[in-house]
Amino acid sequence: MSEITEKELTLDEMIARQEKERRRASRRQFWRVFLGRGALSKACFAFLVLFAFAAVFGPLLTPYSPYEQSLAHALEGPSAAHPLGMDGLGRDLLTRTIYGARISFCTGLLSSVIALVAGSILGLIAGYSGGFVSGLIMRSVDAQLSIPGLILTMCLVAIFGGSILSVSVIIGISALPGYVRMLYGQVLSLRENDYVAAAELIGQNKFEIMLKHLLPNAFPTLIVMFTGSVGSAVMIESGLAYLGIGITAPTPAWGTMISEGYNYLMFKPLPAIVPGVALMLLIITLNIIGDGLRDALDPRLRGKL
Amino acid sequence: MKTYILKRILISLLIVFLVSLFSFSLLQIMPGDPARLALGYEASEEDVQALREEMNLDKPILTQYLLWLRNLFRGDLGRSVIYKRPVADMIAERLPRTVNIGVFALLLGIPIGILCGVVCAVKRGRLADQGITFFMTMIMGMPVFWLGILGILVFAVQLELLPIQGYTPPTKDFGDFVYHAILPVSCIFLGMSAGICRQTRTNVLDSINQDYIRTARANGLPEGSVVYKHALKNALIPVITIIGMQVRVVIGGSLLVEQLFNIPGLGTLLTTALNNRDYMIVQNCTLLIALFTVAANLAVDIAYGFIDPRIRMTRR
Repeated sequence: MSEITEKELTLDEMIARQEKERRRASRRQFWRVFLGRGALSKACFAFLVLFAFAAVFGPLLTPYSPYEQSLAHALEGPSAAHPLGMDGLGRDLLTRTIYGARISFCTGLLSSVIALVAGSILGLIAGYSGGFVSGLIMRSVDAQLSIPGLILTMCLVAIFGGSILSVSVIIGISALPGYVRMLYGQVLSLRENDYVAAAELIGQNKFEIMLKHLLPNAFPTLIVMFTGSVGSAVMIESGLAYLGIGITAPTPAWGTMISEGYNYLMFKPLPAIVPGVALMLLIITLNIIGDGLRDALDPRLRGKL
Repeated sequence: MKTYILKRILISLLIVFLVSLFSFSLLQIMPGDPARLALGYEASEEDVQALREEMNLDKPILTQYLLWLRNLFRGDLGRSVIYKRPVADMIAERLPRTVNIGVFALLLGIPIGILCGVVCAVKRGRLADQGITFFMTMIMGMPVFWLGILGILVFAVQLELLPIQGYTPPTKDFGDFVYHAILPVSCIFLGMSAGICRQTRTNVLDSINQDYIRTARANGLPEGSVVYKHALKNALIPVITIIGMQVRVVIGGSLLVEQLFNIPGLGTLLTTALNNRDYMIVQNCTLLIALFTVAANLAVDIAYGFIDPRIRMTRR
């Protein structure tokens, strides 16, 4: 008798050990594919860390304030004290760019988290429940998609104000359709699996099935989608700031800075170029990292998202 | 086929209804009283009340919505509170400018995007593929207005080849229209073709790996004929759906491009209206734009059904 329990124990242990080994191998595989895409993705990863560092520790990195003007030094070129020069109102360009990273990162991440959570919930419900609820959600998504994202966010930001929180929520809403559609498609195919039928048979309720069986399986796709949506959120935020809707003048957002810098483009292009290059680098970096993640997490998705 | 078309039309109508609810509610949830905003803070209470009645703001919400719809069908889009002009006239005046720029962008962006995508897929991994993919990745990372500023900096400020801003109607002077439109059109179409290129590349690569392509090769067909006759035909069908979505991209892009190049189109109308809280314009512009998008997608869906029989059999 004792012999059997001992055997079962070792069997369990063996399975556990195997499982652990498999997980470790897949994690190693993930990093190998993710970082093994040549110098480009390593450079992008470094860039992202740099941007994140600037966003988090911004105020510690610079002795200047992003708002304080010294008109005597307006549009001065790069110098030892001001490595990137001054903008049209004599504010340190590097300082404003660093603070701009903060705004872009905050809105980008926050809005994507909002879209991820809300979009997953709606997508799961639409995919799993079917019928009227599903139809309602999917047609609402279609309706939202018929208004360009920038126009939708512009209207809502004009109404609800341009604080970082409200801008993030609104951009999050504008990113919803992508998540809902993606998860809807995933759930439709995942629910055909035997394990879902088994879970239904043993009487698990809908919520358990959605959260424990469907959601984890859609996770790789969600993560890839998330990286992509941070990039597009940053883009929409810069568009709003550029148009001056919601995010307005003294705020050191990159879009605002580009719009201000445009006035001096003819003779001093630097105030427009610096935030523009930062913006471009951040979005490209996010896009390339998104591609890398996609290949590392799920090679079948290559080029699909 | 008939049922398929009918279904698509019904779904589109449902979407239009949902969008109209959204546009209508914009006026309801905005801060402040539209009548008071229109007349300013010095206006007397009686005048404001009179305008409220004229704008139907005193009626129950459902009546307001139905009246708004009725007026829309009559072509009456209300009056702008800032410009004191009928909104329909303003839109009619500005729409052609946006459409002209947009149509040119679509005409350039779609074929160039598809062409680049095909070249990338056929020359996979070679210099052409890597070069185009790199270029398109750069483009995808640039917001439209930043691309425009770079264009201005290089072609207008440094090389002095193109104008910095402005617009001439093509009916007045076509050469001058093209001269002014090159930069704005390029900004929109480059971003668009980057997206199309990426999608086309994936589709063509997928279809090159299909069984019927192997069969064609096994039968001894020359490689050129395999790629262009067999792989492309099937790969390009899904690309049509993306074209339907481009209307959205064009309109979103024209908003920024019009601001940058000072083109008095629908985009600048919407931007200034939002800044002035001129919600009559906002309400009707968003609905109009959504109608455009829905119509374009409906057309694409129907075309799709004609081209690919599998679609009209299986889809919903």
